[in-house]
Formats: sequence, structure tokens, C-alpha cells
Amino acid sequence: MTLGFTLAYLTLIVLIPLAGLVWRSASLGWGGMWHVATDQRTLNALKISFGTSFVAALINVVFGVIVAWVLVRYRFPGRRIIDAIVDLPFALPTAVAGIALTALYSKNGWIGRWLDPLGIKVAFTPIGITIALIFIGLPFVVRTVQPVMEEIRKEVEEAAATLGATRFQTITRVLLPGLTPAILTGFALAFARAVGEYGSVIFIAGNLPYISEIAPLLIVIRLEEFDYTGATAIAAIMLIISFTMLFIINLIQAWSRRRYGYAT
Amino acid sequence: MRHELPQPPEPASKTWHPATTESRTARYVLIGIALVFLALFLLLPLISVFYEAFRKGPAAYLAAFADHDALAAIRLTLLVAVIAVPLNLVFGVVAAWTIAKFEFKGKAFLTTLIDLPFSVSPVISGLVYVLLFSSHSALGPWLKSQGIEILFAVPGIVLATVFVTFPFVARELIPLMQEQGTTDEEAALSLGANGWQTFWRVTLPNIKWGLLYGVLLCNARAMGEFGAVSVVSGHIRGLTNTMPLQVEILYNEFNSVAAFAVASLLALLALVTLVLKTLLELRYGAELAANGGH
Repeated sequence: MTLGFTLAYLTLIVLIPLAGLVWRSASLGWGGMWHVATDQRTLNALKISFGTSFVAALINVVFGVIVAWVLVRYRFPGRRIIDAIVDLPFALPTAVAGIALTALYSKNGWIGRWLDPLGIKVAFTPIGITIALIFIGLPFVVRTVQPVMEEIRKEVEEAAATLGATRFQTITRVLLPGLTPAILTGFALAFARAVGEYGSVIFIAGNLPYISEIAPLLIVIRLEEFDYTGATAIAAIMLIISFTMLFIINLIQAWSRRRYGYAT
Repeated sequence: MRHELPQPPEPASKTWHPATTESRTARYVLIGIALVFLALFLLLPLISVFYEAFRKGPAAYLAAFADHDALAAIRLTLLVAVIAVPLNLVFGVVAAWTIAKFEFKGKAFLTTLIDLPFSVSPVISGLVYVLLFSSHSALGPWLKSQGIEILFAVPGIVLATVFVTFPFVARELIPLMQEQGTTDEEAALSLGANGWQTFWRVTLPNIKWGLLYGVLLCNARAMGEFGAVSVVSGHIRGLTNTMPLQVEILYNEFNSVAAFAVASLLALLALVTLVLKTLLELRYGAELAANGGH
């Protein structure tokens, strides 16, 4: 009975609406999809979305791993508060993050006013989009890598040190390989989230077609033009790429379970 | 009682450190990088919300809430959360119960399906309901003839919110209940409790902190959702604008103080959520331990 309820609710809320999207894009056919996908404005929007998401996820991997390491290994005043603050992007509504980042990076903002004389424009450019995506993606990397770091056994490092490895060698040759699956998963999660992100980006992006217009925004624009076909096609392309990402994440996890005996 | 251990000999130099940690300099540099990065990317945006909201003084801040549309937005956000969160709470408990306590084929697949809304862009979450209920859809004309409004009305906003917050409670409870197994329930049943009694007196007390944790995150997202709600709302002032949508409208009208004032309430909600979440993790960390982050 409980299984029946679970399935019924899942079907009504999630599966039927998603099936509607799939059905509608299928009725477009490959030709129709191709037509929308190769439209220059769509292509640029997809390039911007995936490009900025990739860069943001890379930056998040570098700083996310450092943050996780500092939180796991070092003891310093305020560590607990810092640890809690990492989750801020999960809790703060995206629209709030969006206007706050725009205020910070616009020409008169706290950060923008220092960058402006250097000729660096952040707000209303792809750099601004990247900044917003770094904001929302960071906790995915930290929270994926952190628990795995906590599991590292001290003996491994001691063994490496006894065998004459320098600390740098221990970290890069012994610890990092073990963390790689978690780091890859964190990267993929941050990337997947960034590709679909809307609220925090649209304020800081400036939304110039071909230059700083992200794919989710183009879906909204097509909807407002009542071009449901165009909106559906872009959504379908994004979904295909996202599910491929999800599939890759699962592969990484299965691989790491076999290789290292734990899941990330 | 700690025994006095013989002190290790004084390190030969000030830079000595155990072989399993970094040098003091490296540690300080890494802590410094982490703190500066978090301050720049997380803390500064949060502070700036309150700074911008109070930029023209407390009177201007409060004036933002005298506005009818702002109040209507606050009411609508609360209404949506009050409907969406309990729906997903009931679903989450039932789904987790089903997955953790029974054996059936396709369990892993079902768990994946429950997580599905997390991997869909919020905009697409809204789009699927537009496709389903718009006047161009199969259902649309019939709904119209019955006088039922879903799209660009409150039901659509509730549906989109239920969709995006769908997995929160379930995914928190599934690992927790799987960890706990069925022995407690079996004991209760063998002592003569019926199914309801077992659930209310045994299962629910076992999972209450995990449940609260899931509800907390579900609520934060329900009140703060922007993309999905924006697509189905139609942006009718005073009627279908939630708080995040009101923030957008005010901001685009260059009414910065009012936009940040409404935003500051949402930021407060986020802070309260974080504090409660941290308290739960500190106090009941062991009971929540089955879930490994997000």
C-alpha cells in the first residue's frame, strides 16, 4: 500500500510532467531539435552556460578542496561557524544571492569599484556569470570531498613519511589519488547544478543575447514569446546533457567503490 | 587522570613539525586562502544584503513592508510553503518507509527517480507544468471549460514548488531508516502493537531528528525557490508573486532598498535555517550520521 502511494505521488508530481516534456520533444523529431540546436542564439547560450559552468566548477574544485582540507585537518577559532557558512548557498534563495552579487560587483559596488579602474568588468559579462556559479557550486565540492577526507587513515600518511616521502609527495602521490573520485563527483555535481542555475545568474549576467545570455534564460524568453517548441527543444538538449553527467557521476562512484572500497 | 608523558626533545629548529602535517607556514597560508575565499564569495554577499537594505535608514527599510504587494508576496510565500512542505513530508516518510523496510525489485531505480528533480534545472521544472497545463496542451482547454486555473495562479506555484522540493525529506530519511533496519518494528509487532502504533511509537521517534532536518531544508528551498516559480507564476502583482519574485520586480524597477529589504527577510530565513541545521548536526550528529551531506 505504501509502495502504491509512493509510486502514485511520484508519477503525478514528477513523472507525468517530465514525460510530457519528453513526449513533446519527441514529436519535434531530430530535424526539429537540430533546427533549434543549431540556431546561433541557442548555440551561444549553450556555449555560455556550459563554458562558464565548467570554469566555475574548476575554480570550485581548487578552492573547495582547500576549504575541505582546512576544515578537516586544522583547528582554529571559528572553525564550526566557517563549516556552517559553507552551506549558505544551499540555504540562501538564489534571487537574493543574485542581487547581492550584482550589488557587490557593479561599478560602484564594494568589489566592483576596485576592479573597475583596472579595466575588469565583472557585472553584466560572462565573468559575472562565473562568479555567481562559483557561489552556488562551492558547497557541492566541499560537502562531497570533506567526508572522504575525514575517513583517511593516519597510518597511510605515516607509512609514506617513514618511507622517506616529503609532505608534498605524500599529499600529491598518496592522498590526492584516493580523493580523486570524490573530487570528480564534486566537480560533476557543481557543474550540473551550475548549468541549470537561473536565479543567481540572471541579475549579474546582463543577459545580452549572444554574449551573456544563459540557456535557462533563453528557455524563459522563448516561453514568454509563446514559442513552446523552441523552449522545449532547448530544455531537451539541456536534459540530455545533464542526464549524461548524472550517468558519468554514477560510473565514477561505481568505479571508486571497486577501486577504493567506498562510495563518494 | 593523564599521566605525565616524557616531553619529546625540543625540536631542533622552530620549523619542525610532525611528518603527517604541513609546516606551520603552509597551514597558515592554506587557512588564509580558505578564509579569504569564503569571506569574498559567501560572507560578503550576505553582509551586503543587509547593508543595501538599511542603506537609507531603518525608516526606508520598514516602509518597504508597508507596501500591499510586498505583504501579499510574504503571505503567498508562507501559503505555498504551508502546502508544499507537509505534502513532501508525508511523501518523504512513506517513500523512505517503503524503501527501507520492504524488499522489492527496482528499489535502486525508485531511489534514483525520487532524486530526479534535483538534477533538473529549476526553469525546466517550471516548463514541464507549462507544457502540461497551458492552453496549447491536451489538458488546457478542458481545465478552462471547467473554470480551473492552474497556470499563472496559486495551484501552479504550489505544484512547481512541490516538484523542486520533492526529494528533500525522502533522501534524508532513506539512508537513516535503512541504517536502523526493521528490528525495532519487529519487536513492537511481536509485542502486539498494530501497524499504526508501531509507526507512531517506534518508527517516528527513531527518525524525528532526521525528519526535522529534511523539513528544514525542504522549507528553505520552498520559500526561496525562484526559477521554477517564476516560469509558472505569470508575475501578477499582489496575486501570484512570491517573495523571491517580488525581489526581482522591485530590483528591476530600481527600487533597490525595497528589493533588498524583502531579500533581507529571505536571508534571515537562510541564517535561521543554517543555525538550526548546525545545532541539529552538533546535537544529534550520530543519529543523522547515516546521511553523508547532500
